[in-house]
Amino acid sequence: MDTEVRQITSDACRAFANDGTRLLDILHEIQRRLGHVPPDAIEAIADCTSLAPVRVQQTLAFYAFFSDRPLGKVVIRLCDDVVDRMWGYDAVRAAFEKALGIPMGGTTPDGMIGLQRTPCIGMSDQSPAALVGTTVFTRLTPESAERIVAGLRAGCQPAELIEKCGDGNNAHTLVRAMVRNNIRQPGAVLLTEGERGAAIANALAMSPAEVIRTVKNARLRGCGGAGFPTGMKWEFARSARGPRKLIFCNADEGEPGTFKDRVLLTEHPNRVFAGMTIAGYAVGAAEGILYLRAEYAYLRPFLEDILARRRADGLLGNAIRGKHSFGFDIRIQLGAGSYVCGAELALLRSCEGGPGEPMTRPPFPVQSGYLGCPSVVNNVETLALVTKILESGAPAFSELGEEGCSGTKLLSLSGDCTRPGVYEVPLGTPLRDVLDMCGGGDARSVLVGGASGRFVGPALFDRLISFDDLSTGGAIIVFGPQRSVPEIVELYSHFFAEESCGYCAPCRIGTVLLRERLGRIVRGTGEPADLEYLEELGDTMKATSRCGLGQAAPNALLSSLKNFRPAYEELVRSDPDGFKRAFDLDKAVTQAGEIAARLSIRGQEVAL
Amino acid sequence: MSKPKVATCSLAGCFGCHMSFLDIDERILQLVELVDFGPSPINDLKHFTDRCRVGLVEGGCANAENVRVLREFRTHCDILVSMGYCATSGGIPAMRNLVSMEECLREAYMEGPSVHNPTGRVPGDLELPLLLDKVRPCHEVVKIDYHLPGCPPSADAIWAALCALVSDAPIELPYQLIKYD
Ligand SMILES: Cc1cc2nc3c(=O)[nH]c(=O)nc-3n(C[C@H](O)[C@H](O)[C@H](O)COP(=O)(O)O)c2cc1C
Ligand code: SF4
Ligand code: SF4
Ligand code: FES
Repeated sequence: MDTEVRQITSDACRAFANDGTRLLDILHEIQRRLGHVPPDAIEAIADCTSLAPVRVQQTLAFYAFFSDRPLGKVVIRLCDDVVDRMWGYDAVRAAFEKALGIPMGGTTPDGMIGLQRTPCIGMSDQSPAALVGTTVFTRLTPESAERIVAGLRAGCQPAELIEKCGDGNNAHTLVRAMVRNNIRQPGAVLLTEGERGAAIANALAMSPAEVIRTVKNARLRGCGGAGFPTGMKWEFARSARGPRKLIFCNADEGEPGTFKDRVLLTEHPNRVFAGMTIAGYAVGAAEGILYLRAEYAYLRPFLEDILARRRADGLLGNAIRGKHSFGFDIRIQLGAGSYVCGAELALLRSCEGGPGEPMTRPPFPVQSGYLGCPSVVNNVETLALVTKILESGAPAFSELGEEGCSGTKLLSLSGDCTRPGVYEVPLGTPLRDVLDMCGGGDARSVLVGGASGRFVGPALFDRLISFDDLSTGGAIIVFGPQRSVPEIVELYSHFFAEESCGYCAPCRIGTVLLRERLGRIVRGTGEPADLEYLEELGDTMKATSRCGLGQAAPNALLSSLKNFRPAYEELVRSDPDGFKRAFDLDKAVTQAGEIAARLSIRGQEVAL
Repeated sequence: MSKPKVATCSLAGCFGCHMSFLDIDERILQLVELVDFGPSPINDLKHFTDRCRVGLVEGGCANAENVRVLREFRTHCDILVSMGYCATSGGIPAMRNLVSMEECLREAYMEGPSVHNPTGRVPGDLELPLLLDKVRPCHEVVKIDYHLPGCPPSADAIWAALCALVSDAPIELPYQLIKYD
């Protein structure tokens, strides 16, 4: 075995105490040093951590950001998502390919630069976007793509190629990103200043049960998408048995079109960490883990610094605020490029060092989650709201909503609107008002909830943004009259087929069938019967998939078949002879003809 | 009134479904009372002379000739039934979809342990139908009205389905007839 590989691997394992549950960190470290994780390293990791080699292999293969072969010393990951395609993805991709002299998915012959595509990296308000190493580049143009390649060729680090930093903390010395916050409408709760430490002081003055009651009285519901009442979740975890409990902050933010958690982590990390601490106090947990998606790795040094400051100031660590009975600390777990890891059960497996396959519920994580311990998983925004509630009281929060809803919601707006970015609106706001705010008055269709959300048309624009009406984890993608709804749905079907973890058949197979059939329709070879087929398939996936990914994957399809049926009907046609239009005989026999050196293929087939 | 006509064919299949069909035993006497036959391996008729009520298709499509026959069946039959797993999902022949066409032909005509082929080439005679890139179930090639599962479907299942289809009665296939585990 290569001694360098062995050395680097054993160093990496030792840095994490040879702990198999830290496998993601170990793989990240090896990949950072070697550019990939070679087969020799797998054996070596298995030796050091006592994991079976196949377990290591499984985890390595699962995550898009790990590779078992060299992809390039620097990897450019160009976001290939619907919104990027609206804003020039094709030209930027072509420019990268031309400048590098390689196709998408390739590596330059000198092994220096690799080019890969990746789903939404959380920059939909400033797309097309790409990661170069861990550095984010936004609003790409063919010219800036050429500049990046030239800079890398000249030996620059990606970070050195940033021309101008973004606003707010994006310009912080530990961030230095060109990302812009695009905070368009700061609302009453989140995007305003607050006093650091006040919420924790208030919480610690109450009993844990009182804290939970306060959160319940505020009628706070989870902002990660499912809208589960937060106080109730905490209560379950509090009454669960077990000496070790944990609080997880879900910063995986993988839903295409969502980026509000990025802005919260950039501008209000203290509020998020305070929320985790308060949750720890309420539930009786001493440990917190922030699960940060790998696409946001550029925020990590900044967030680590905030954690260190909080420790120094007695807001984390033992005896928080001098209260000897309560200690709490937080560490950051970096993800590795997997959408399904945002699903709480997959997130917990990922934190255990495994592939992000969601386990079956029950047991629920609040009873038995991370390593069998009661675990609370909350979204970034939910935890930030907790801090605000403890700061100014439950009534002040619940009064903010409209139409009987409680509180506000952060929205990530992107697509065909003149002011994409983050908006904080009272829950209960009509979609139409939101569209007006963002300059999306021309909208013909809107995807509420991102790729796994629902497609609505003008007839539904008066519906309300709320958990019980138009529910969204935050993403709202606006499409103007020039966009084709079936094409958008088809593009997202690739996303789901690629991100399905593959554990259960309805989703593993269903997402592929869905992509294949939608492909026929947008290529013009679809038939009316395909629409019924898709409806049936979508219903089956919803009813039988094991986790939210497979259950939600057909949402955009099913809702658009309902609300935009004519757009599909225009594209399909049946064949008068009952022959399938998607089957092309000439094409199907081409390869066999070439192999058998039959020049008269066409001639023969025409004779049919 | 003339009797309804039935046609059958075997595409990329093993003839097992046809054998199962013949397992209707003495009911074959009832069958000739009930229907006339169009083209079928049973009577060795190759071409349609007029329309048929029902076409039973065994096997999926592995080559251009399968496609030609299947399309002819679609054109001449009111109701087309995919009979057996090869027809409904590709079946055993579709296992070749897992290897590349080149590897498949190399093994079959050049490198297989029992192959004697001094030319070292894949046969290219125009009489031989060209293979499709992938073996396909019938419904990928033409519209199919009914799928009859099983490898093969039992004689009772084929009988029940056929009787119902030629007499316009609802098809009743008890669970026992379509349960395979
Ligand atoms: C496929 C999938 C992806 C998800 N991605 C996220 C995510 O990126 N961030 C998030 O907070 N919740 C995500 N969720 C929801 C989580 O499972 C979970 O409900 C949420 O983190 C709970 O926090 P909350 O109650 O504060 O909303 C996802 C769910 C599924 C099924
Ligand atoms: S629904 Fe999809 S992502 Fe979820 S467990 Fe099944 S295969 Fe995995
Ligand atoms: S389904 Fe079974 S019995 Fe029928 S042709 Fe195929 S392999 Fe033979
Ligand atoms: S960053 Fe490309 S769509 Fe979100």
